Amino acid sequence: MVSLSSNLLFIAFVAYLIGTFLFGGAVRSSSSESTKSYARWGKMAIIVTIIGFVSNLGYFITRWIAAGHAPVSNLFEFTTAFGMMVVGAFILIYFIYKTPALGLFALPIAVLIIAYASMFPKEITPLIPALKSYWLTIHVITAALGESILAISAVAGFIWLLKNIDMTKKSKQRFWIEAVMYLLILVVGFVVAQTSFAIADYKAEYSYVSKDETEHTIEYNMPALFGMNQSVALTENAFEPLAEMPPLVNAKKLTTVTWAILFGTVIYLLLRLILRKRLAAVLQPLAKKANSQLMDEIGYRAVLIGFPVFTLGALIFAMIWAHEAWSRFWGWDPKEVWALITWLFYALFLHLRLSKGWQGEKSAWIALIGFIIIMFNLIAVNLIIAGLHSYA
Amino acid sequence: MAQSKKQRFYIRTFILVVLTIAIVFTVYSNLTKDKNAVLQVGDKAPDFVLVDMEGNEHKLSDYKGQGVFLNFWGTWCKPCAKEMPAMDNQFNVYKDQGVQTFAINIGESDLKVNSFANRYKLSFPIAIDRNKSVMESYNIDPLPTTFLINPEGKIEKIIKGEMTEQDIANFMEQIKPS
Amino acid sequence: MDKIVCTCGHVNPVGTELCESCGRPLNQETKDKKLVDMRYEGSARRSQTYNKTIIDKIWNFFSSVKVGMWIIVAILIAAAIGTILPQVFYVPAVNEEEIAAYYERIYGTFGTIYYELGLSDLYSSWWFQGLVGMLGISLVIASLDRVIPLYKSLKKQKTKRHISFLTRQRVYGTGEVDSPIKSIEQAEEKLKKMRYKVKRDGNAILAEKGRFSRWGPYVNHLGLILFLFGVMLRALPGFYVDETMWLREGETLYIPKTDGYFLESKEFIYETYTKEESEEVYGAALDRVGSIAKNYQSDVALYKGPEDAVAGQPEDLAFVKEESIQVNKPLKFDHFSVFQMDFRLDELKSMTFQLQDKETANSFGEFTIDLANPQTEYKLQNGYKVEILDYYADFTGFEEGVPQSKSPIPNNPAFLVKMYSPEYPKGETSFVMIKETLEPLGENKHKIAFQSVETRDVSGLTIRKDLTLPILALGGLIFMIGVAQGSYWNHRRIWIQLLENGQVVVAAHTNKNWLSVKKDLDEVSKVSNLPQYEDQQDIDSQEEKEEGV
Repeated sequence: MVSLSSNLLFIAFVAYLIGTFLFGGAVRSSSSESTKSYARWGKMAIIVTIIGFVSNLGYFITRWIAAGHAPVSNLFEFTTAFGMMVVGAFILIYFIYKTPALGLFALPIAVLIIAYASMFPKEITPLIPALKSYWLTIHVITAALGESILAISAVAGFIWLLKNIDMTKKSKQRFWIEAVMYLLILVVGFVVAQTSFAIADYKAEYSYVSKDETEHTIEYNMPALFGMNQSVALTENAFEPLAEMPPLVNAKKLTTVTWAILFGTVIYLLLRLILRKRLAAVLQPLAKKANSQLMDEIGYRAVLIGFPVFTLGALIFAMIWAHEAWSRFWGWDPKEVWALITWLFYALFLHLRLSKGWQGEKSAWIALIGFIIIMFNLIAVNLIIAGLHSYA
Repeated sequence: MAQSKKQRFYIRTFILVVLTIAIVFTVYSNLTKDKNAVLQVGDKAPDFVLVDMEGNEHKLSDYKGQGVFLNFWGTWCKPCAKEMPAMDNQFNVYKDQGVQTFAINIGESDLKVNSFANRYKLSFPIAIDRNKSVMESYNIDPLPTTFLINPEGKIEKIIKGEMTEQDIANFMEQIKPS
Repeated sequence: MDKIVCTCGHVNPVGTELCESCGRPLNQETKDKKLVDMRYEGSARRSQTYNKTIIDKIWNFFSSVKVGMWIIVAILIAAAIGTILPQVFYVPAVNEEEIAAYYERIYGTFGTIYYELGLSDLYSSWWFQGLVGMLGISLVIASLDRVIPLYKSLKKQKTKRHISFLTRQRVYGTGEVDSPIKSIEQAEEKLKKMRYKVKRDGNAILAEKGRFSRWGPYVNHLGLILFLFGVMLRALPGFYVDETMWLREGETLYIPKTDGYFLESKEFIYETYTKEESEEVYGAALDRVGSIAKNYQSDVALYKGPEDAVAGQPEDLAFVKEESIQVNKPLKFDHFSVFQMDFRLDELKSMTFQLQDKETANSFGEFTIDLANPQTEYKLQNGYKVEILDYYADFTGFEEGVPQSKSPIPNNPAFLVKMYSPEYPKGETSFVMIKETLEPLGENKHKIAFQSVETRDVSGLTIRKDLTLPILALGGLIFMIGVAQGSYWNHRRIWIQLLENGQVVVAAHTNKNWLSVKKDLDEVSKVSNLPQYEDQQDIDSQEEKEEGV
């Protein structure tokens, strides 16, 4: 059952990749929405996407059965579920609005999310007492669902910006949209770095002194650019750290992040050299076919649909569960605070649209920033700002 | 026209004032909220019954009409140890002047409390609060904490921390029945 | 200030932009606009019209959505700052000095600055609470200011709107059709089938659907206000209790602030996952991580003291119930809940010793000291006896020859004993610690030899009473209703009129989801002959049309 589950996930992953190309074909094939070839591409693309999604659901269900609990209990599980729901949300929106441009950009994001998730420990872990509650299923799944719908608004905003920003003139917008591209490449860099060192089976052990002044050992899976406090290499010929970190800093995580940035930056520079254009400019023709007004509407609609779901899952169910488990429904721990920040931010989005009439470009940027905040909660809060609540 | 203007003014003022008071009150109480603020000076001292090391039962309400110097302590607490001899002296001075002294130990063993009392030759009544219920009703947090209970049974003062002999004398004087 | 009388005769309140009745633009600014702002139906937000007294000015300040948004931004940024370093609540230190020292030690200068500025206890600070309070005020005033005029406008709107209103709608079309009256009648039929409420006034119809969703935002604001109100109530005495207690196995303690309840711990259970249980599924995880907690629970018995009971004496305790407190399964009674939060395993409970001859290691008897209640003497074999002179539960060392203990918790028990034997009827003095014995009064013949120890676990429990919860829950529920009401439905209106010059005019408005209202119009156009409409805001489509694509 466990291996069946992994295989289904892999099939989904591949299907989404193929779907991306098919949606690309649909976008390219014509400018008006009524030629046969366009219809054919579009149909194939959505069918492949749905196959992938069904397979993804299959992974989810088989893993649930194998583990005995909803597969949303650690970072890998949660992030894969999130990627799956982004695809689900996309399919839903596709059937309302029928825009292949959305698929062309949403699917790769889902692929990236699943790839990122796969870099973390994948074993099925039994539930610790705090997670033994039906609220695990309810709270986490609803929150992930809400976030995935909100993610679609960011994708729509992203497409809007790619289409409408003038890449020939120097401007703040052009700079920032390229910065977003760079961020995406950094995630790719993280995946490539982890995978490369995993294939090379790199392992090195060090001993160090933690902040409570006791000695521990730690195993690095990448060459140790940064060493833990008073670290001493235990494995032979282990890489000597370039710099030693005070006990407060988790040097292993810092090393991982640095390698990700190194790999990502190299990939980015190579791409720039090969393609001779800004990455955003490379993607622009693909976005040109989209209808800006429609993207704006999708972006808004996605927030409208997703905001209540997010509130319900990430705040209300979360508070009910926190009360049952930890005796207080709100403790201002970092993950709770960042969920609140996300919520406030999307409330701000809605008010800006309604009150200040922020549509089009401004709305697109806000949607994009909102997604970055969600990702911050998923990545930084879980891994860096640790707390009672963090996954890793 | 003027009437609706006035009306508007009153309604708006009323709403704003209510909202402001509500918020100021909330923020203020949250800031001044002390864990031990549940019991305050002026409150009636919660009644209790404990048996002292000699086997005598003491009920607080039986002491109405006299002042009660109620001290909470533990053997490991250094300031408690420091002030005990002074407390003993003043106990002897004031016990016939209508001020009783009573020291409640926070749930230690008989052996420990007795050895402590013997070492410092303490003569005032000492009792052990085994299930911590008295400690709870008096919201004891740091040790030592002393409650001055006046002859009417109300809390006159709450002292947290060590007291000098002069302090103790003054406090006992304060709750002497008039 | 004067009310505005429209050409149609209707008297509008001060500051109205579009006539409440016929929709005509009432001032030049509105007339100059191509599309009209329909967010408040063109009604005046009351606060924008009166600005005389200081009360008005304060009111207008809080009524502004812009101000509200800045308050949201401020709360957002402040909350983020509070996550940079752990807040005091999560810091393992007890008093102010320890806390300050912790921040400096672990986080250096930045930590000290963070602490000094009060950022380490940000969410309880007066200014953060003040910000939230301001948000509450803004919610109340901004909602009141808008919902009342909006309600009045929507109630008063006439079916027949003036052409100047219709041309300024985003979806608008005009043209000549064959048999216009028949078209309008067919449209009316169709719209009714599509569940619109259709009103007819001569040759004008107004089809409306989903007005209730306009109230959504105000309902959800009400929910938020109620929620904040509930949070405020916590400050009142009696509404909120938050205590902790450490309960050892076998102990019975008074439950803080519960008015006469006692809790006895019968057993604390701690279990971890074993590979035997499920090698296939959990094996890899257990290999990687080591031990994973499976369950921990406190099996307790709840007692209630008699009604008129007074603190101090736990006599006549009535047994209430027995339960196992686990994470996610608190013990509930009265309005209280007791949660399994923490635990300490293997605290020393009792120690067993033998009185032995140092040279021969012969034992003259065994005795067990209950660390919670040591006896003063333990009589052994004939003539042998051990007297405990003093006991130091948490021994830390000697100060000027006097043994010190830093707490009553048996972390490092030490005993001052006197050993009585036939050879030493006056006793030998010994100071017994874990793993070491001191002989302060000269060498002894006998010694106290440690044999074994018994331990017990301690449960860390949190006691909670929160009477504000129902209010918070209600606020949350109302919020969800309001947000669903406002997000998942929309308010659509379609106007169709036959003008005197024979033209038929069609216009439509919705507060969100233009695609659907356009689809609706298309549906209606299938059965009745209506002029083609255009979306006056869709630049892309217009450009495409112009390019002839």
